Amino acid sequence: MSAVAAPQASGYNFAYLDEQTKRMIRRAILKGIAIPGYQVPFASREMPMPYGWGTGGVQVTAAIIGPDDVLKVIDQGSDDTTNAVSIRKFFAKTAGVATTTETKAATIIQTRHRIPERTLTEKQTIVYQVPIPEPLRFLEPRETETRKLHALADYGLMHVKLYEDIARHGHIATTYDYPVEVADRYVMNPSPTPKFDNPKMHMSEALQLFGAGREKRIYAVPPFTKVRSLDFEDHPFEVQKFDKPCALCAATNVYLDEVVLDDRGGRMFVCSDSDHCEERRAEGHRGELSGEAA
Amino acid sequence: MYVAVKGGEEAIDNAHGLLAHERRGPVSIPDLSPDQIENQLALAVDRVMAEGSLYDPALAALAIKQARGDLIEAIFLVRAFRTTLPRFGNAEPVETGAMAIERRISATFKDLPGGQVLGPTFDYTHRLIDFLLAAGVTPPAPAEVTTEQEASPRVTDLLDGEGLIEQELRDDGAEVGDLTRAPLDFPADRDLRLQALARGDEGFLLALGYSTQRGYGRTHPFVGEIRFGEVMAEFVPEELGFAVPLGTVSLTECQMVNQFHGSAELPPQFTRGYGLVFGQSERKAMSMSLVDRALRTREFGEDVVAPAQDEEFVLSHCDNVQATGFVEHLKLPHYVDFQAELGLVRQMRAEYMARQQELKEAAE
Repeated sequence: MSAVAAPQASGYNFAYLDEQTKRMIRRAILKGIAIPGYQVPFASREMPMPYGWGTGGVQVTAAIIGPDDVLKVIDQGSDDTTNAVSIRKFFAKTAGVATTTETKAATIIQTRHRIPERTLTEKQTIVYQVPIPEPLRFLEPRETETRKLHALADYGLMHVKLYEDIARHGHIATTYDYPVEVADRYVMNPSPTPKFDNPKMHMSEALQLFGAGREKRIYAVPPFTKVRSLDFEDHPFEVQKFDKPCALCAATNVYLDEVVLDDRGGRMFVCSDSDHCEERRAEGHRGELSGEAA
Repeated sequence: MYVAVKGGEEAIDNAHGLLAHERRGPVSIPDLSPDQIENQLALAVDRVMAEGSLYDPALAALAIKQARGDLIEAIFLVRAFRTTLPRFGNAEPVETGAMAIERRISATFKDLPGGQVLGPTFDYTHRLIDFLLAAGVTPPAPAEVTTEQEASPRVTDLLDGEGLIEQELRDDGAEVGDLTRAPLDFPADRDLRLQALARGDEGFLLALGYSTQRGYGRTHPFVGEIRFGEVMAEFVPEELGFAVPLGTVSLTECQMVNQFHGSAELPPQFTRGYGLVFGQSERKAMSMSLVDRALRTREFGEDVVAPAQDEEFVLSHCDNVQATGFVEHLKLPHYVDFQAELGLVRQMRAEYMARQQELKEAAE
């Protein structure tokens, strides 16, 4: 699908938010870019979608989107999941911008839980929807405390947690929202992307913005910034590996979703990034279950 | 065989079409008008206005209709509308002492200037289902008497005159905070706490207030006064320089009077808990004032030992629009994360089985 333009809804400002609010959000974004990985408090607005459903990402996108942008929205790697469809329609309606499902055609990609497989470029911005921005939250529930810990760069709690994982399980038992250290300073939550995606954040050409609406925080990773997944010398960071290639496009080294085929233990593994998979199939790649040309 | 998960867009449109159909229900039953909701389900409208933070009965009634009677959903609709409205300034503080009283009761004094005015209340009714209501019987006209409204000073002002209750801080000149326009920071001042509580979920505050009565942060409260009625809202336009009336709003105000034994710094005196909500909601106003007093624990040099006294806990969780959004977001797909967890559990199980096998072999 190529970029499709949509007529804009009347009665609302371009991209829904008023310009004052956009300015406030842009200031927070700029501050976030200036201090990579630092969580900037912002006056998150009540949006016409529920908290926890991407209100932070939507506000960031609304603040940065222009009439010439081409927007892609994914959830779980797919453009077709219900909430991705809903958010894409929201911007098509309120901003009248072109939308796309093609990663390479998009200038702004709003995402929940995945980073596209295709390497992003300097012309692109990726906006993450973040439920819990605070990496230390489940170790220390109080905001007053966690802000202090960040200020002092006191990440002992996190290292102890990872160490305890290793002591108990033999390896680190965090599979998504795996904490990273940004630009040698702040420990940051990458949002609940699988740790498989963490290496894509490192030295990425694309600007990475993170919006948490309910928790009222924005943070950022500027292009070409060091992003290191926390680990230990003797227990280096590792990403998930899959035994099989994608059953539809035969891709390897991609993140796969497990699809239950029947009630007798039948399973297939397919690309979580649906655009990547379609593109490969269009190029003629065939997996074991894709049959002839779709 | 595998069917790609496609067609989400059409399915969503169809789901919403079905929702509209279900909302209307059978067409043999007359359509419910927002007017009927506004006038006959007035307390639902009041709750939606209070927690939606927007005084607009007609809009709240429409939201209740659109939400099929789900009040939190209606509150959400009102909030999402409110957020788009321009702000042209702050109203003057309302003078609840000059309220046109519909109901006013005090539990601390048998009689007092202005008297006890029962007004429309469920209190002292027997909770027996009234089957006559189903028949649509028009009730007889209420009893009427014409009198001048006596001045009804606030009970707390009467106590204040004797110095028995803490002095309420008068205007300190600081701008009043607004948590919908600036991110909430802890510790939060009382203006922001009261705003959060006024918007907060009635059920959550009720439970917290109740917990203080059962010993989790006891505050020894008395209902100094509850009053409900209309007050004038006024605004000072810059170009005029004096207050002009904007209209009236219905408010319920609760002043809780709490025993306090004094501390090293403060003499024994009564302390205050304050509740103020749009419309008639005594339950909410009372809960709010119990929690307000509990949240002032530190101010009086008492120890924070109970949930209702814990500002971060209360303020971070009292908003039902935030809470419902985050709880219900669990309905969204999480299969990428779940896949990661599946992989981990399989790996850990394999490691566990291997260890068991080793132990077994070692034992043999």
